[in-house]
Amino acid sequence: MQYRCEVYIRPRADILDPQGDAVNNALANLNFQGVSEVKVGKYLTLLLESDGQSAAEEQLDKMCQTLLANPIIEDYEMKVTEA
Amino acid sequence: MKVAVVIFPGSNCDHDALHVSGKVMGWDVIPVWHESAELGGADLVILPGGFSYGDYLRCGAIARFSPIVEAVIRHAKAGGLTLGICNGFQVLIEAGLLPGALLNNTCLEFRCIWTYLKVQATNSPFTRELEVGDLLRVPIAHGEGNYFAPPELVKQLAAEHRIAFRYCDEHGKATEAANPNGSVDNIAGILNEGRNVLGMMPHPERASELVLGSADGKRIFESLNAAYADVGW
Repeated sequence: MQYRCEVYIRPRADILDPQGDAVNNALANLNFQGVSEVKVGKYLTLLLESDGQSAAEEQLDKMCQTLLANPIIEDYEMKVTEA
Repeated sequence: MKVAVVIFPGSNCDHDALHVSGKVMGWDVIPVWHESAELGGADLVILPGGFSYGDYLRCGAIARFSPIVEAVIRHAKAGGLTLGICNGFQVLIEAGLLPGALLNNTCLEFRCIWTYLKVQATNSPFTRELEVGDLLRVPIAHGEGNYFAPPELVKQLAAEHRIAFRYCDEHGKATEAANPNGSVDNIAGILNEGRNVLGMMPHPERASELVLGSADGKRIFESLNAAYADVGW
């Protein structure tokens, strides 16, 4: 079975995010009101051949922990759906 | 001393490291391609600066899984001398040989400037010929050198004298203005627990000959020389 996997990676809440701060400032300079806590992260998609939904999720989680995200500075969320 | 300089696709300070090792220090130095699984019996391994794998995903994240890095991990864990400069520091962090993380510079600029480093720890093979408080004038060139570690880890690094260098001004004051990238506690370089692995964002190999504006960086290589001559490695 093939699964479409999505991974959202973002800086952890307690970590300084200079990119997010710069975008926040840029929005303020453009007079967008009420914006705060801008965070810039990454969005990855991939197709994965796997035996089932839970096996696919397990594999994807391992990929996130090994390579895709750095748990010291980043949080991630996964979404796995049948392709 | 036998030295290996690791070359990844995208390394660009490899020749500087080879030059300083071979021509300035007179060491027996070999370049080692990232696909190699062997370090050729090197006493010292240098991971040079650059943009390994285009800095894709995170700096050093993909290089960390090169065959040669497995050999570097074995070398370092066996107590072998390991020096990561700039991108090499990023690779050592991704490989788990040094703690913490390197984030975007707070200024969001790629900073290519001269900095002053204040020596903080001298009980290591990299710094044994230096004195605590010595100032080294060494350049940086990076966009992601903002050293981050949780407060308890920073405390631990300080208590264990594992902060090798801090950014400071020309008078030796570690001020915010002298911090080029936002690193916590002005940290510019750290040692591992065994003190045989040093990671630093500044480039000592670019400041090892007076013709380049400073030879202060050479003192780190001279320390390694003395450590090797003294106890071998």
